[in-house]
Amino acid sequence: MYKIAVMGGADTVLGFKALGLDTYPVSSDDEARRVFKRLTEPDEKYAIIYMEERLSQTLAEEISEYNDKPVPAVILIPGRDGSMGLGLTALHNAVMRAVGADIL
Amino acid sequence: MASKTISPTRMELTRLKTRLKTAKRGHKLLKDKRDELMRQFLEIVRHNRDLRTKVDEGLARGNRALSVASAIMSSDMLEQALLYPRQRVELDMTFRNIMSVNVPVYEFKTEVSDTADIYPYGFAQTSGELDDAIEAMSGVFEDMFELAQVEKTMQLLADEIEKTRRRVNALEYIMIPDMETNIKYISMKLEENDRSTKVRLMKVKDMVLEQTHKYNS
Repeated sequence: MYKIAVMGGADTVLGFKALGLDTYPVSSDDEARRVFKRLTEPDEKYAIIYMEERLSQTLAEEISEYNDKPVPAVILIPGRDGSMGLGLTALHNAVMRAVGADIL
Repeated sequence: MASKTISPTRMELTRLKTRLKTAKRGHKLLKDKRDELMRQFLEIVRHNRDLRTKVDEGLARGNRALSVASAIMSSDMLEQALLYPRQRVELDMTFRNIMSVNVPVYEFKTEVSDTADIYPYGFAQTSGELDDAIEAMSGVFEDMFELAQVEKTMQLLADEIEKTRRRVNALEYIMIPDMETNIKYISMKLEENDRSTKVRLMKVKDMVLEQTHKYNS
C-alpha cells in the first residue's frame, strides 16, 4: 500500500490534512530538503508527493532526479499565496525535452 | 568508425553488409516507436494541461476560502478542527506499459465514500468558509490523483522519447552513412584488386609466350 504526502508551508498543507493525506509542513529550505529526502526513501512508500510550488525552486535539483523514475511522482501545487504557474512550466519543459520545441 | 582503419577483405564486407541491414531495420523500428510515443505523448500533454488548469483553479479556490477561514477563526481552532481527518486515502499502484515504458496507474480508495461527510469537525464552532475550503479541495481531489498519474506518465514518456530520438538520429546520420561509405570503400578496393590481378596475369602470359615461342604480340 502506498502513501501520499503533501509538503509545503504550514498554512498550505493544512487543508489537505482534512482530506486524509499525510502532511509535512516545512518552514525553511533546509527543512524542506531534509523532509524531501526522507519522503523519497523507498521504505517510506510514498507514491505521490504534492509539493508547494515555492519549494520546487530550492529543491529543483532533487526533484529532477526523480523525473525519470516511476516512483515517486512529484507534483507541484499552488500555495496559499496564489499560483505561480510552475506546474505549467514543468509541462512545457517536458514538451521541450521530448519534441525539441515548445509546440503548445 | 574511420574508413581508413578497416581491412578491405571479403569477410569484412559480408560482416558490414549484415550489420547495415540490421541497423536499417533497427532504424525503421525505432522511428516507428518514436512516432507512436510522440502521438501518445501529445495526447497526454493535452489531457495534462486541462487537468492542471482545473486542479490549480480548485486549489486556489480552496486556499482563498481557507485564508478567509483563518482570518475569522483563531489558528488554534482551525488546527484543532482539522487535526483528526475523517477521511483516509489508500493508494494502490500498478504499472501500465506504453511502448515499453512502465508508467504508474494509481488506484485510490477513500475510507469515507460519501463526499458530503468528509468534514472532520462539528459545524458549531467553525466558520462556513472552512466548509467551503474543504469542499473546494475535495472537489479536485480525484483530479489531483489523475493529475499525478498523467504528469508522471508525461515525464516518463518525455524521457523515453528523448532517448529514442537520439538513437534514431545516431543511426540515421552517423551509423548508417558510415557503414555505407565503408561498404563502398571495401567493394571498390576489392574490384581494384581484381583488376590488378587480371593485368598481372595478362602481363605474365605475355612474358611466358615470348620466352617459349619467341612470339611477340
